[in-house]
Amino acid sequence: MTQHKKNWLKKAAAAATACTLSLSASMAIAADTIKVGVLHSLSGTMAISETTLKDTVLMMVEEQNKKGGLLGKKLEPVVVDPASNWPLFAEKTRELLEKEKVDVIFGCWTSVSRKSVLPVIEELNGLMFYPVQYEGEESSKNVFYTGAAPNQQAIPAVDYLMKDEGVKRWVLAGTDYVYPRTTNKILESYLKAKGVKAGDIMINYTPFGHSDWQTIVSDIKKFGSAGKKTAVVSTINGDANVPFYKELANQGISAEDIPVVAFSVGEEELSGFDTSPLVGHLAAWNYFQSVENDVNESFIKKWHGFTKDKKRVTNDPMEATYIGFKMWAKAVEKAGTTDVDKVRSNIYGVTVANLTGGKAKMLPNHHITKPVLIGEIQEDGQFDVVWETDGAVPGDAWTDFLPESAKIVSNWKDPKVACGNYNTETKKCSGQNY
Amino acid sequence: MRWLLLLLTKGFLCVWLAALPMLSQAEDADSNEGDSAAEEVFNFDEAVKGLDTKSYKVKGKKIQGIALSGHEKALDVLMPLSEGNLFAVKETGVIVEGIKEDSLYTVTDILSGEKIGQLKKKALRKIRINNKLRRQLRGLMAMLELTHPDDAVRLAAADNIIKSPTESMLPFLAQAIEKEEVSAIKDSMIIAQGIIWTTSDVTETRFKGVEAIGAHPHQAVKGALLRVLQKDEEGNYLEPNAYIIEAAEKGLLEYERQENVYKLIENLFFGLSAGSVLLLAAVGLAITFGVMGVINMAHGEMIMLGAYTTFVVQQLMPNSIEYSLFVAIPAAFIVSGLFGIAIERGVIRYLYGRPLETLLATFGISLILQQLVRSIFSPLNRAVITPEWMSGSWHVNGMLSLTYNRIYIVIFSVMVFVGLILLLKRTHFGLQMRAVTLNRPMASSMGIRTGWVDALTFGLGSGIAGIAGVAISQLTNVGPNLGQSYIIDSFMVVVFGGVGNLFGTLFGAMSLGIINKFAEPWTGAVLAKILILVAIILFIQRRPRGMFALKGRFVEA
Repeated sequence: MTQHKKNWLKKAAAAATACTLSLSASMAIAADTIKVGVLHSLSGTMAISETTLKDTVLMMVEEQNKKGGLLGKKLEPVVVDPASNWPLFAEKTRELLEKEKVDVIFGCWTSVSRKSVLPVIEELNGLMFYPVQYEGEESSKNVFYTGAAPNQQAIPAVDYLMKDEGVKRWVLAGTDYVYPRTTNKILESYLKAKGVKAGDIMINYTPFGHSDWQTIVSDIKKFGSAGKKTAVVSTINGDANVPFYKELANQGISAEDIPVVAFSVGEEELSGFDTSPLVGHLAAWNYFQSVENDVNESFIKKWHGFTKDKKRVTNDPMEATYIGFKMWAKAVEKAGTTDVDKVRSNIYGVTVANLTGGKAKMLPNHHITKPVLIGEIQEDGQFDVVWETDGAVPGDAWTDFLPESAKIVSNWKDPKVACGNYNTETKKCSGQNY
Repeated sequence: MRWLLLLLTKGFLCVWLAALPMLSQAEDADSNEGDSAAEEVFNFDEAVKGLDTKSYKVKGKKIQGIALSGHEKALDVLMPLSEGNLFAVKETGVIVEGIKEDSLYTVTDILSGEKIGQLKKKALRKIRINNKLRRQLRGLMAMLELTHPDDAVRLAAADNIIKSPTESMLPFLAQAIEKEEVSAIKDSMIIAQGIIWTTSDVTETRFKGVEAIGAHPHQAVKGALLRVLQKDEEGNYLEPNAYIIEAAEKGLLEYERQENVYKLIENLFFGLSAGSVLLLAAVGLAITFGVMGVINMAHGEMIMLGAYTTFVVQQLMPNSIEYSLFVAIPAAFIVSGLFGIAIERGVIRYLYGRPLETLLATFGISLILQQLVRSIFSPLNRAVITPEWMSGSWHVNGMLSLTYNRIYIVIFSVMVFVGLILLLKRTHFGLQMRAVTLNRPMASSMGIRTGWVDALTFGLGSGIAGIAGVAISQLTNVGPNLGQSYIIDSFMVVVFGGVGNLFGTLFGAMSLGIINKFAEPWTGAVLAKILILVAIILFIQRRPRGMFALKGRFVEA
């Protein structure tokens, strides 16, 4: 390449950065960039959670470009809006892969949106990083799961309550859709295996956006007055949490009496309301903003700079997005190309520093290793870590606590298995099943 | 032979005698362990310094020590600890109480009471507590407060001991009961004592405990009774004494009888409060849809605008949140009302008589309004603060407590409803409005500007939706999707109650609320919703005009 041409490239790259910042993709320089698809809802019910992740990806892209991009090329984000509409997720995936020809996608939040993306992304052999804690029971060739599997969130949280709080009676409360239902199924069989009787487990489902919690909270109160220590394990999703916690506080249920451990409530959700009556209620995540170390501090600083808002909080799915992005970048550099198959075969075993001071490693089952932290809600809307696992826990795609899943393993690296649902008894893969 | 026996006995005796002091020494050593812990505690300052540790177990021991030391400063240390205001200064390790002022902490040495000055958060290490410690603190602090001069504090203390009782509190309780003069507080203390007694090793004490708690209306009493009545794997009682079992069963039976009565009252209240939220949301629609016949899909967004107005008002008057709602109510009425008038004048008036197009146009408007707040306020939920006077609940007794926010909303919705009826029946504008709905050409020829009456009526309906938004902002999230969750319910109420009839709306809202709340415990929230929807569809099949249908020739118009 001549000096002249190099200069031109530099200018073009600078222009590309400028363009990407304003989100307008310039077709003229498309061939010289690596395209990063962002598939997060910017409108509709899920916008509340997913907009943050879109911003996180954009921030990571900007940072990578400041370092000179990848393989000498600049990164160019392509943002689409699937509008919290599950079938639209599939359409937008097709658009990203066929029309925009993106090299990687960061996206989805709800399990139902991920399930709707799966057939398309497997058909077109795309590559997606999914950054949210989920119910497991899945391992697609084309998806990397950087959020927690049930054994990295739900099971340790229940263990903590059982051992440290001495909980004997359990309320499993959730929003009525696939993640809470599967998680509660796993937890129920886990609790029963630990000797909890059926009469000491109460399961309750509510619709999305449920706002009248009077009856349920009163039932929980009654259930908790049986003379045994009671706790609520909450997979209540999104918006519905605010009225739920308000009702808990109003009916005078404090964390000392009946603690609630939540799997979907993080810093972002708490920023929506006054947390002083909730002090002591728990959440289980793999990351909290309050974790003190240099990597996290600089990440928060960058986030505040990027959003130009010092009050914006960080949360667990943001960390998962961060890890996913770093892992992808590392794998691309290792492979020397963005070709999906080559990136995939190079990403196994890749380790990057996570934000809690440890290392995250990509496993052959497309899940990663994560530490599990239990935090208590504080008055400022942050969490105080009260317990954490000794080291990182490897993510398990198929839970060991459901008999039909226990015999299934996922391993995409081992040529003898090379699938996401290998049955160790029949020695067969069950093939694609969404 | 005899000699041998004697020797043996003697030997035995000797060994036994020699062992005796050793045995008692061992006993001493056991009790000494407790004593030495107590001795350590007597060094109060050391114990306080010892709180600055990572181990929650060690902290628990120190807290216990501090509380039992009888030191005059014990409460001064435990109180800030339980509130999360106790810190250690990183450099010096001094334990301090830190009060946050803006971004700095005003720091006072907890032992000497000496003011250290203002420090940054980074210079301090918070002394963290978890639920277990919080529970322990609550009990221990209550124990120390049992002799507090303030009645309210003593009552709260007794109640807290009922919630987390431990055996070590008994002497303190007994002392307090002796001194107590207010009978209500004394009763609570006796219950607390009784609950602790039920876990005693002595049969008589357990019996005394079960007798003392009887069927006192407090959830902890039920818990204690159930604990007494615990069974093992084979279904036998763990409690060996039949009298105690009998007394506990009697108490439990009586408790459950009372509980069922209060449960019914509580359910009724839940139903009324759910109904009053429905009423608030629907009564505006009862005007725009019921009276004017406009299918207004943007009605939910009017509620949302009212809720956002509350948020803005609170932002504007951050120092007087307590009164913000009184400002927000008229403000929300005006904001939503003006939006309503603008929508009517700008869009709907061109579409009268074309319901399908109105539906689509107003649906479009609802999406525009949602995106508008999303762009202005961000897609994230906004925090609307609930004033102090609306938080918490009114404890009727230990079994029944009604939450204040719901009580106020029931009262408020009734006030809005009555106000609206008065407006329609007693004012000039109400008269004109009714005239226009009854017979438009006639009203027009009487000199009524029907166009403006339409606009104002629509504005009134929207404004009331705005007021509903203020109330709803106290119950749930304030976000761009707020309105969507109420639009279906509102239409359901209006159609069920009878289009065009405000009392129908009242009746519809209350009955749907009550049915929902009585169905929910049996069916779960999801199924209850579905059942109600099915029931309404079937009902509409039988009575297409709803519960209270308007009759007369204008109906078809």
